[in-house]
Amino acid sequence: MSDTATTRAQQVFQLKSASVSMTALELYYFDNDEFEDTLRNKISQAPGFFRDIPLIISLEKYEGLDSELDFFKIIGACRRNNIHVIGVRGGNDDQRRLARGASLALMPGNGQRDRGHEAEAETVPAPAAPEPQAVKEAPVTKVISHPVRSGQQIHAPEGDLVILAPVQAGAEVLAAGNIHVYGPLRGRALAGIHGAESARIFCQSLEAELVSIAGHYKISEDLQNSGWKSAVQIQLRDDLLVVAPLDKA
Amino acid sequence: MARIIVVTSGKGGVGKTTTSASISTGLAKRGHKTVVVDFDVGLRNLDLIMNCERRVVYDFVNVIQGEASLNQALIRDKRVDTLYILPTSQTREKEALTKEGVEKVINELSETFDYIVCDSPAGIEHGALMALYYADEAIVVTNPEVSSVRDSDRILGILQSKSRRAEMGQEPVKEHLLLTRYNPDRVERGEMLSVADVEEILAIPLLGVIPESQVVLNSSNQGMPVILETESDAGQAYDDAVARLLGEEREHRFMTNQKKGFFSRMFKGG
Ligand SMILES: Nc1ncnc2c1ncn2[C@@H]1O[C@H](COP(=O)(O)OP(=O)(O)OP(=O)(O)O)[C@@H](O)[C@H]1O
Ligand SMILES: [Mg+2]
Repeated sequence: MSDTATTRAQQVFQLKSASVSMTALELYYFDNDEFEDTLRNKISQAPGFFRDIPLIISLEKYEGLDSELDFFKIIGACRRNNIHVIGVRGGNDDQRRLARGASLALMPGNGQRDRGHEAEAETVPAPAAPEPQAVKEAPVTKVISHPVRSGQQIHAPEGDLVILAPVQAGAEVLAAGNIHVYGPLRGRALAGIHGAESARIFCQSLEAELVSIAGHYKISEDLQNSGWKSAVQIQLRDDLLVVAPLDKA
Repeated sequence: MARIIVVTSGKGGVGKTTTSASISTGLAKRGHKTVVVDFDVGLRNLDLIMNCERRVVYDFVNVIQGEASLNQALIRDKRVDTLYILPTSQTREKEALTKEGVEKVINELSETFDYIVCDSPAGIEHGALMALYYADEAIVVTNPEVSSVRDSDRILGILQSKSRRAEMGQEPVKEHLLLTRYNPDRVERGEMLSVADVEEILAIPLLGVIPESQVVLNSSNQGMPVILETESDAGQAYDDAVARLLGEEREHRFMTNQKKGFFSRMFKGG
């Protein structure tokens, strides 16, 4: 190609820091048939969501025997369903050795502060995202420009939801990803409905009946004390919904 | 082509029939050939307010079911000669209003009238849906209280999702907010929402504010649309609303300089 001549002076590649959001599969025990059945079942609920996504296997809640933990079978089942397992998170030394044997990347678990990896995180590409969370990447954003009125429901099953108008009391908006309301949020807003804990809710005036992220919710009564009737973002930190003013974000 | 206007609210008893009678009378007085259609099957209040209850022979349902022609059912108003009333049945079921039947009648009325004003029953069920289905414009009648505002919001959502215009992907139904039974004193005492509060919540253009008035009760008891009481506040407020509906600009009256509304008081701790 004609570009080659002009770029030859450069090195063949450069490492850049990148953070990619990913879906984590929290494994409790492993049985090949059950695993693949459950996987198919999940996929059938939102086929577009799962196609060709990167996946990490989280071992933090694994309770089965180490000898049953067959990463080659896990990878195989996922491949058959167009999901790419790229690494494991957490797990004990034996489990991590098995994962390494299956050419999977190793990521620190929540309690594990893997110094070496953290230091590298600056320069290592993609999978080294510090705390991968269950969020779909490159989502389809749904944009609504009319008010969402009482009794109406707007659903963004795959990505983010952006509303350029009020969400009224008695209305409900749901999204797999984030929810942005460029107007008052007076109804119910549920972000991260498939479990994306890094999903957030943004609104110009918090007057909501209920807000929820990945199933953790607060009702209007519990929201009065911080950011009520002002512009805020809401996110999940350590299983708690945190409301923060937008101007200080 | 006639312009089809639905007068609707969700909540009952807020002033839909009062409004339908006055708006249709006001449009007719300005020379527009107007018909007001009663969609409240089983209750039939419109002909009382229009003082034509003793002249009803055939009704809307008879026409839908082919038992009478439209001309047999239409009643010509005795005061304003460009105004007609299509009364409803007091005995039939609400389900007698079928989509096809209503369409047939509306189409036929469209051939001769400039304005078709549809007086909706309360609620969000069949009768209300039929009344709003063919609308080009909607007058959303709201009282300055939380439950009425909530129901109006609900009806606005339905207008933008279940009307013919919404289903056909046409230009949306044009929305107008008409705040009725407005009592500035009670607003000032914080017992009712202010105009600003309601406008802020519903976010649609304000067509008018009709004050709470004894004249409304008296005139409807006498079978007289209040807009004909030209000396009264309520009558003048309805006249303003008709003018605005026809595109005239008129300053809003009868709402006195409201200070802080209910919501601002409640939430700002002032
Ligand atoms: N501006 C007003 N001031 C005082 N009374 C009013 C006013 N508007 C309406 N009313 C009274 O309120 C009552 C209900 O009015 P109306 O019948 O017009 O309501 P509606 O919405 O049609 O009721 P429904 O839902 O039962 O059909 C009537 O007694 C009427 O006279
Ligand atoms: Mg009525």
